[in-house]
Amino acid sequence: MTAQVDGDAKVEAPPVSRYTFAARINHWITAVSLVLLALSGLALFHPSLFFFTYLFGGGQLTRIIHPWIGVVLAVSFLGLFLRFFALNFWKREDTIWMKNLGQVINNKEEGLPELGKYNAGQKLVFWGQSILILVLLLSGVVLWDTYFADYTQIDQKRLAAVAHAFCAIAAILIWIVHVYAAIWVKGTLRAMTRGSVTGGWAWKHHRKWFRQEVGKP
Amino acid sequence: MTNTWQDIKNANVIVVMGGNAAEAHPCGFKWAIEAKVHNKAKLVVVDPRFTRTASVADLYAPIRPGTDIAFLSGVMRYLLGNDKIHKDYVKAYTNASYLVKEGYKFEDGLFAGYDEAKKSYADRSTWDYEFDDQGMAKVDDTLQNPRCAINLLKAHVERYTPEMVERITGTPKAKFLQICEMIASTSTGDRTMTSMYALGWTQHTTGAQNIRSMAMIQLLLGNMGMPGGGVNALRGHSNVQGITDLALLSTSTPGYLVLPTDREATYDDYIKVRRFKPLRPGQTSFWQNYEKFFVSQQKSLFGKAATKENSWAYDYLPKFDTSYDVLKMVDMMALGQMNGLFCQGLNIMMAGPNKTKTLAGLAKLKWMVVIDPLETETARFWENHGEFNNVDPKAIQTEIIQLPASAYAEEEGSATNSSRVIMWHWKAADGPGESKSDIEIVSALHLRLRALYAKEGGTYPDPIVNLAWDYKHPENPDPAEVLKELNGYALEDLPDPADPTKTLLKAGQLLPSFGVMRDDGKTSGGCWIYTGVYTEAGNMSMRRDSSDPTGLGIFPNWGFAWPANRRVLYNRASADPAGKPWSERKKYISWNGTRWTGGDVPDYAPTMAPDKAVGPFIMNQEGTARLFARGTMPDGPFPEHYEPMDAFLANPLHPKVSSNPVVRVFAADAKSFGTPDKFPIVATSYRLTEHFHYWTKNVHGNAVMQPEMFVEMGERLAKAKGIVSGDWVEISSQRGAIKAKAAVTKRIRPIMVDGKPCDIVGLPIHFGFIGLTRKSQPMNTLTPSVGDASVNTPEYKAFLVDVKKTTPPASQPATV
Amino acid sequence: MSVLQALDLRRRSASTVAPPPAGKAPAVEVAKLIDVSKCIGCKACQTACLEWNQLDQPIGQTDGIYDNPRDLTPTSWTVMKFTEIEKDDNLEWLIRKDGCMHCDDPGCLKACPAPGAIVQYTNGIVDFVSENCIGCGYCVKGCPFNIPRISKVDAKAYKCTLCSDRVVVGQAPACAKACPTQAIYFGTKADMIVHAEGRITDLKSRGYKNAGLYDPKGVNGTHVMYVLHHADQPHLYAGLPDNPRISPLVGMWKGILKPLSLAAIAFAGVFGLMHYVTKGPNRVTEHDEEKAVELAGRDRP
Repeated sequence: MTAQVDGDAKVEAPPVSRYTFAARINHWITAVSLVLLALSGLALFHPSLFFFTYLFGGGQLTRIIHPWIGVVLAVSFLGLFLRFFALNFWKREDTIWMKNLGQVINNKEEGLPELGKYNAGQKLVFWGQSILILVLLLSGVVLWDTYFADYTQIDQKRLAAVAHAFCAIAAILIWIVHVYAAIWVKGTLRAMTRGSVTGGWAWKHHRKWFRQEVGKP
Repeated sequence: MTNTWQDIKNANVIVVMGGNAAEAHPCGFKWAIEAKVHNKAKLVVVDPRFTRTASVADLYAPIRPGTDIAFLSGVMRYLLGNDKIHKDYVKAYTNASYLVKEGYKFEDGLFAGYDEAKKSYADRSTWDYEFDDQGMAKVDDTLQNPRCAINLLKAHVERYTPEMVERITGTPKAKFLQICEMIASTSTGDRTMTSMYALGWTQHTTGAQNIRSMAMIQLLLGNMGMPGGGVNALRGHSNVQGITDLALLSTSTPGYLVLPTDREATYDDYIKVRRFKPLRPGQTSFWQNYEKFFVSQQKSLFGKAATKENSWAYDYLPKFDTSYDVLKMVDMMALGQMNGLFCQGLNIMMAGPNKTKTLAGLAKLKWMVVIDPLETETARFWENHGEFNNVDPKAIQTEIIQLPASAYAEEEGSATNSSRVIMWHWKAADGPGESKSDIEIVSALHLRLRALYAKEGGTYPDPIVNLAWDYKHPENPDPAEVLKELNGYALEDLPDPADPTKTLLKAGQLLPSFGVMRDDGKTSGGCWIYTGVYTEAGNMSMRRDSSDPTGLGIFPNWGFAWPANRRVLYNRASADPAGKPWSERKKYISWNGTRWTGGDVPDYAPTMAPDKAVGPFIMNQEGTARLFARGTMPDGPFPEHYEPMDAFLANPLHPKVSSNPVVRVFAADAKSFGTPDKFPIVATSYRLTEHFHYWTKNVHGNAVMQPEMFVEMGERLAKAKGIVSGDWVEISSQRGAIKAKAAVTKRIRPIMVDGKPCDIVGLPIHFGFIGLTRKSQPMNTLTPSVGDASVNTPEYKAFLVDVKKTTPPASQPATV
Repeated sequence: MSVLQALDLRRRSASTVAPPPAGKAPAVEVAKLIDVSKCIGCKACQTACLEWNQLDQPIGQTDGIYDNPRDLTPTSWTVMKFTEIEKDDNLEWLIRKDGCMHCDDPGCLKACPAPGAIVQYTNGIVDFVSENCIGCGYCVKGCPFNIPRISKVDAKAYKCTLCSDRVVVGQAPACAKACPTQAIYFGTKADMIVHAEGRITDLKSRGYKNAGLYDPKGVNGTHVMYVLHHADQPHLYAGLPDNPRISPLVGMWKGILKPLSLAAIAFAGVFGLMHYVTKGPNRVTEHDEEKAVELAGRDRP
């Protein structure tokens, strides 16, 4: 309960519950999978990162493990998707928010419309990863020779390889944005650790959601 | 082969017909490729199927199986009619000008002298020349006399017009004429054609005559004895030439001597008809030396027991009443006339025709000894293999004794290749387990039998107890010792005929050539044509000198070619009567004023001047080659087209005598031939390059390359029967039925025979129910038990079947 | 499969290669010339390949054609491919020995992510080094000729080595040694081209006016070349590519995408860092907390 961890406010409003325990576990499974996939995938993608394979017990094991982690990610992400997709539909305020992205980046979000549980950036992360992971899954299956080599033609495999690499890089970039946002916006991370945020955080970033949560619309 | 493998490179035209050299002889076929690449040779292939050989040919023509004589007779008609023969050669070196006896005739498919009851030409006396009072054949050098052999030949082949050839063979006329033209281009003396054939010609009821037809063409073209010419039998096994030389036929003894018949009770009866006197003045008639070869062979077989007094142990030899070939043996087994069988290096269940009959025969035996390096269908004929060999083991009482033999690489010895070159091979490894070499197995049998005969007597033990067995290790003779025995020794000091005070050879010395063999018992020699292979200078079959001084592919110091290290037979004929080469391009052997010179050993007395007019075909009594065969062939002095026994149609030339009238048909097989109303498809059998007979299905690599039985069929037939590649098909003949996977191919061309479509299917012979390849019913379930009129080679190459789509064999999983 | 100790490398997968030691004479480029017009399809080469490389190809079944096995496998590095072509009234049975072409610009090597799993020697031979292979199958995607096969047993890629182990000791590849009709020649690439010219002249004299050498420029030439009777239509020979080249997709994947991706990731990281440094974190202020209390009260469930 130390405010210092997540924010700098001396006084602290009572916390607001943001994620259930299950949702947090779901998130972290996804997060760990994604990191492992990124490491193993980059190892097989670029020769200068091949040394990442040592983390997985060598090239052969990296090649064996990577798709299985992918399966874990796909299943896990599906859980996140089902939990959150309804909250990620695009709203009018999201467009306004996006138009004022410059202010957000400059830490000046006071004048922006009140937001629900997610802001436009978070929604873009959500939908971006949803689409990319779907493509990664499909292209990954095409590339998973151990079981699926006989089901596709060589040109499909080549397309899959390019698509897989491209989407993976895109997903990594989104992931960087996602992680950086959690670092940048103080008080965010505890939502995924302890499951709650401070009232101030909720008021500041997701006031509409905060109002709903506390029943004071 | 009259010529050699290497000599094929000298050819200008290569005709592969009655064989599929690229498929069955890929290593030898390199010389055909060599001729194409370095001699600009044209390769012609005539075959029922577009084969691997055809795939590299310049010209291919399809032919209905079993109609080669019609095709080749058509070629002869073309050559004679278009004056495309080598006239000087034909006149000087063949019997073209010889007058044939007045009584000789050919009418309605029959030659003179046919005996309907005996189904044979009982009286062949008219198949001969007119002789003068000196016993010399009469000739007409002007070739005007209609009784000249060449004029009779012209008349005989006149019926084989290109239209008739197409009608019988199904070969399109245009293709046929194109081939005729190509063949005719070699009648000039400066171009030659070689003929490469194999079982596609021999395995017919007209087998020997197929080959004779080509020999006649080669004589008309002047291609016998020429570099890049000849008639070349491509032998199958590495040493099948060797076994043929050493008496493959039941009526022969080694070196193509003849086993006495039961009508030749005394030595005098036997030898008096074999002292072949010349039929033209001054001729060599080399077989005059027959007695020397025979006596030396008897001395080799029976040693001291063969004396002048006992007519060189003539009585020891069996006297045959009839040919005891494989077909006859199986027939006797099936009739219960044979109790026991030694099957050595023979998988008779697969190799004999009509497997059902063979199986019935084997089941009636009391015992069978199988001597083989491999497990064979023969040794396992009693075992139930489901659909593949559906027998009841309880009902078969034959006792099987298997003696494992070592394989060729597990023993040393000599092998004789198609080029007649005898080559030594060395042992690479010991045989597995308790296997022993065939020599050791047979020696052990002999020694035990001899001991029993010596102890117990029995009926006429003399030939066995007196058999010469003077080997250093009688229980396991050294193969080198056997080769020396075949070569022959001087048994006593031999005086030099040129100077009787000198000694030519000391007693115990090896003979340098068959020229020194004697009929007085002073020499031995098991196989006269092999003499020279192992002399005092050493084992000539071990020579490996790859130098070729003339560049003609002669390689005189590589191994030893019988006879007398001669590579091209009849090579005197490569020069004109005056001894000059027919052309500089085809120079081979020529007269230099004092002797015959060239890169090869002359097939002629080396100092016999050309003006002595001795013919180059010295083995014949007339010194010339025979366009007209006299009485030597049982089915006619000229080849004639007869339909196979399973006849697709009545012979268009003479429907009443449709098939070969002198073929031997056993009573048991009289009803075993198919008719086109029930079996409308022509089948032929063949070998695949990936396999060697029934052996290599035991070898992993070969089994990978061709793992399973199939039947090749053309697209027209497949469409009509609703069959696609990979379907299971039942192939049935009058003898039985088998299943195989369909291989639908464009390579079996749709042909028209006598105005109707003729469909052909092809069946590889290799697959059986033993080995690593997928199990199959043996293909010979389908083939008829009938053979060539001359030598009884079974008719595997042309028979009738029907095909239909079917289900996979019970114990074989369906195609995935 | 490799003979790294004896042959210098020109290329090494996922690695940069130091040039051969100074003072060493430049390597002679070798080539295998397959003269399709002399090939009789006997499969001696196929068998020799199995034997020399000790490959345990399982015994299959027949599917109604002569091709056995049907296609290349991890244990069959060369197979004969038979094609029946009917033109007018004439039939041709084209028989092509299929196997690695040893491209001068090898797509497999380009695609391979494992350092040293695929190498190209200075003599032009492209070789798979099993111990470095991770079995990812990228070489399969990189190959314009559909050659490498991944073993189901050890999940490593296999293909013809051009018998690099024989070549290094001065022997011709096993297939060339076994070929009975000398349809397979082996020597320097320059010699093979000269030899092919003679064969092409002969074929043209026999009416194959489009006879020619197959040494496709799209992969900068190959170290296995064919003499074809119909060099204008390579696809007739069981689908031999008319204009093989490394797929542009593979080119993109293994070319521009790699540096761009790393650059993008680096940029994202740097951008974040710069943002944090210049703009600082986004903090919840006391004011925010008070507003929250104001809105929701202090005692919430």
